[in-house]
Amino acid sequence: MTTTTRVIDTDVAIVGGGIMGASAALALRRKGVDVVLLERDLCGSRSSGVNYGGVRRQGRPVSQLPLAQRAHQVWANLPALIGTDGEYQRSGHFKIGRSEADMATLEAYANLSRDFDLGIQLISGTTLRERCPWLGGRAVGGSLCPDDGQANPRLVSPAFALAARRAGAQILERTPMTSVEHDGKLFTVRSGNAVAVRAPVLINCAGAWAGALAAQFGEAVPLHSGHPAMAVTEPLPFFMHWSLGVEGGGIYCRQVARGNLILGGGAGVALDADSARSERSAIATLAVQAVELLPALKNAHFIRTWSGTEGYLPDRQPVLGKSRTTHGLVHGFGFAGAGFQIGPGVGEVLAELARDGRSTTPIEAFAIERFLPDPQAAVAEVTSTAAAH
Amino acid sequence: MTAPTLQPVIVGAGPAGIRAAQTLVAHGARPTVIDEAARGGGQIYRRPPAHFARSPQTLYGTEASRATALHSTLDGLAAHIDYQPNSLVWNAQAGLLDVLHGPTQTTRTVRYGQLIVASGATDRVLPVPGWTLPGVYTLGGAQVALKFQGCTIGRNVVLMGTGPLLYLVAYQYAKAGAKAGVKVAAVLDTARFADQLAALPGMLTQPAVLAKGLYYVGWLRAHGVAVHTGVRPVRVEGDTRVNAVVWSDGQAEHTVPCDAVGFGYALRSETQLADLLGCRFAWAPMHRAHLPERDSAGRTSLAGVYLAGDGAGIMGADAAEWAGERAALALLADHGVKVDAARAAELERKLTKLTPFRQGLERAFPFPTDWAAHAPDALVVCRCENITAGELRACTRDAGADEMNRIKALTRVGMGRCQGRMCGVAAAEILAQATGKPIDQVGRLRGQAPIKPIPIHLQAQATAAHDTPAEATA
Ligand SMILES: Cc1cc2nc3c(=O)[nH]c(=O)nc-3n(C[C@H](O)[C@H](O)[C@H](O)COP(=O)(O)OP(=O)(O)OC[C@H]3O[C@@H](n4cnc5c(N)ncnc54)[C@H](O)[C@@H]3O)c2cc1C
Ligand SMILES: Cc1cc2nc3c(=O)[nH]c(=O)nc-3n(C[C@H](O)[C@H](O)[C@H](O)COP(=O)(O)OP(=O)(O)OC[C@H]3O[C@@H](n4cnc5c(N)ncnc54)[C@H](O)[C@@H]3O)c2cc1C
Repeated sequence: MTTTTRVIDTDVAIVGGGIMGASAALALRRKGVDVVLLERDLCGSRSSGVNYGGVRRQGRPVSQLPLAQRAHQVWANLPALIGTDGEYQRSGHFKIGRSEADMATLEAYANLSRDFDLGIQLISGTTLRERCPWLGGRAVGGSLCPDDGQANPRLVSPAFALAARRAGAQILERTPMTSVEHDGKLFTVRSGNAVAVRAPVLINCAGAWAGALAAQFGEAVPLHSGHPAMAVTEPLPFFMHWSLGVEGGGIYCRQVARGNLILGGGAGVALDADSARSERSAIATLAVQAVELLPALKNAHFIRTWSGTEGYLPDRQPVLGKSRTTHGLVHGFGFAGAGFQIGPGVGEVLAELARDGRSTTPIEAFAIERFLPDPQAAVAEVTSTAAAH
Repeated sequence: MTAPTLQPVIVGAGPAGIRAAQTLVAHGARPTVIDEAARGGGQIYRRPPAHFARSPQTLYGTEASRATALHSTLDGLAAHIDYQPNSLVWNAQAGLLDVLHGPTQTTRTVRYGQLIVASGATDRVLPVPGWTLPGVYTLGGAQVALKFQGCTIGRNVVLMGTGPLLYLVAYQYAKAGAKAGVKVAAVLDTARFADQLAALPGMLTQPAVLAKGLYYVGWLRAHGVAVHTGVRPVRVEGDTRVNAVVWSDGQAEHTVPCDAVGFGYALRSETQLADLLGCRFAWAPMHRAHLPERDSAGRTSLAGVYLAGDGAGIMGADAAEWAGERAALALLADHGVKVDAARAAELERKLTKLTPFRQGLERAFPFPTDWAAHAPDALVVCRCENITAGELRACTRDAGADEMNRIKALTRVGMGRCQGRMCGVAAAEILAQATGKPIDQVGRLRGQAPIKPIPIHLQAQATAAHDTPAEATA
């Protein structure tokens, strides 16, 4: 029997130091709860640190809007909370319509989301040309959400982890969870023989890799990995405040204060279980669409491309809530390419679930049992596999 | 398998790439040779545009016969290879290279069955305050101006840094200057004379090369060029353009007026292509760099991918020729073509025998390991993004960054057009100094396509528009 070098007892253990895990750790510390977070690499080095940086509520399913609104409040106080503005700007998010049908869809969304006060404005015709002379000809109009915006994920996500550490969380980087056990009361999360963390509550924020942990507790879900393709141009004279999306998807882009345009759209390729990159065909497609959308890009250069590894569930909604099989286990994963904005809200919800067992924000739509037709059967199965060991 | 069924591609038409191509052709294969330059020859034997009428003797000096031999080899291969000059390989994945053709500005995909990466090197840069002033060049850049365009970077030039190129460029400038009225104001070498003496035994293994080096230094001194060793560059001065260099001898500061500066600290390998392909890298102490791993024949960790020349570690032009031939023989043998095993062994012996000389060079012109300690906080390290040494230090202090990709993410160092190809060396030195970690422990910047900036709209021309379902909804 080998001995574990370091045993840590705590209130809550978190696996995964993305924006979900890190903001949960910070929220827990602000409630005075002890927390230990294990991140196998560096906090914010995966999806949370490499995403496009869109901080938008517009276009989210209505079921996510309470969460998005909660996160919106956190974003408003970002510098006070995490010690950096993370280049966050409420610059406006403009969703482009390229046909009358698109415009109708956008209008329908504006009506659907009316209760949430997103402040959506539909813009078309001459107003559109006046407000954005840089927009290419295919756009017939669009929908502006003025208080949505953008931020630099490379800065924001690690800063959540740093802030949590400053607030007293133990953030263990380069510490992969290699096994986890539950004795009915306590979870023991191990990283090889280096660390064992014991806690009555475990939060699963392992991003695209969260499926294995859930499955171990009898909650196998159809989580798959996706790799959005990203590219950035050299700095160009500043011309565009809004972060742009397109109704129906395809491409999105924003210009940072430095002048570079960041573009996303299409899928990259996985290199291995842990990493991915933009693929040539995705870059080429992006380029075509980018020039069509923003003719000013015609003479620009791409200087860098990248991708990331993100978890998707078939309905493109996350799993957020308590485990159905195991007391003390809380899940927060599968954000389907749109978790950055809601991350800080999810963190607060996870903290509530961990401490109080319930959240003040409605999250029923994200319950894991939508993939577990018969939770009782799942419990039975986990008991029997446990016995077999 | 017979050679004609192979589908070999060579990236780089320098000494390594050309000898590799020649060897493949000699065994019946028809390689594709892709090179960013307009004319083959690589860095050292760079050929000026076709209408330039300067003799090889003027251009390449003592290397004229080598240069001519290599150029005529490439020219003679024309009918047997698919030669694609003016073509930048900007992206790579297993079996595929994405290639941008400069003059027509179009991009295409080239498939390979086997690949020899012979991508060469660029200057290794350690900045000094004032280095962003107009009139400051790298040593290699200063030499390219001379070789390719037939012009000099100024009329009163300081050459600074360390490495064999320092004296070679100084010599070439001083010689060219005799006619054109260009003066070498000073040669400032960070290596000490004692380093050069200590290195002599190792260097004696290549007496001819050593003799050339000594000749350049002797010639410079004989022609009254001020050569100072053991210096520390303090700053480059000037308002709108360079007007002086200030250096320290350890006791006092000295000022040399000048109108241009060439500086550099030997070379660094161009490794992004190997990185994008997924070759395994390891720390190479002699080169003070993370380099793609290869065996003595040039095989990488990936089947079918081979490395040759300076792109796999700086070994010089002769070694590049041998390594190119050796890698080609390995490629052929690995794919069932019969090759001359004795020749392969001889090439490996030659390459191995170079190691003591190469180590001698490192002793003679050691990397200034104290550079970071003297770099002031205000020094711009990354000029694309205007990131200073102080900002890098603050980032390790305040955010705990202790690794290259993390400090890049947090500060933007290496995020500009050069993607760290120029600033990466210096940033790693600052990071190591700031964290107190040994240099090999701070990691390396991950390669990301494109290797060099690529135009957006040209991309668009070559590919039909189609909608890809988006995974992210951002
Ligand atoms: C390219 C791209 C673009 C995107 N664009 C946007 C956008 O514009 N707007 C938006 O709102 N969302 C966007 N998203 C989605 C958003 O980035 C994610 O939804 C969000 O970051 C998910 O956060 P997370 O904490 O769940 O996951 P992650 O950031 O992936 O964090 C999970 C962490 O768990 C760690 N981990 C995994 N297994 C273990 C283990 N065994 N032990 C220890 N640690 C482990 C991982 O190392 C990782 O750091 C994008 C995503 C990508 C990839
Ligand atoms: C600026 C400079 C000046 C030098 N001057 C001298 C000198 O005077 N004397 C001396 O002894 N040594 C000199 N050297 C060193 C010498 O160049 C090398 O030792 C020798 O040329 C190595 O040969 P090689 O075939 O490995 O690479 P190189 O000669 O560097 O050839 C590499 C070729 O690959 C091409 N290439 C690289 N990446 C790509 C890509 N992604 N796509 C397409 N093509 C690509 C380059 O354009 C180049 O033509 C110099 C080096 C440099 C960088």
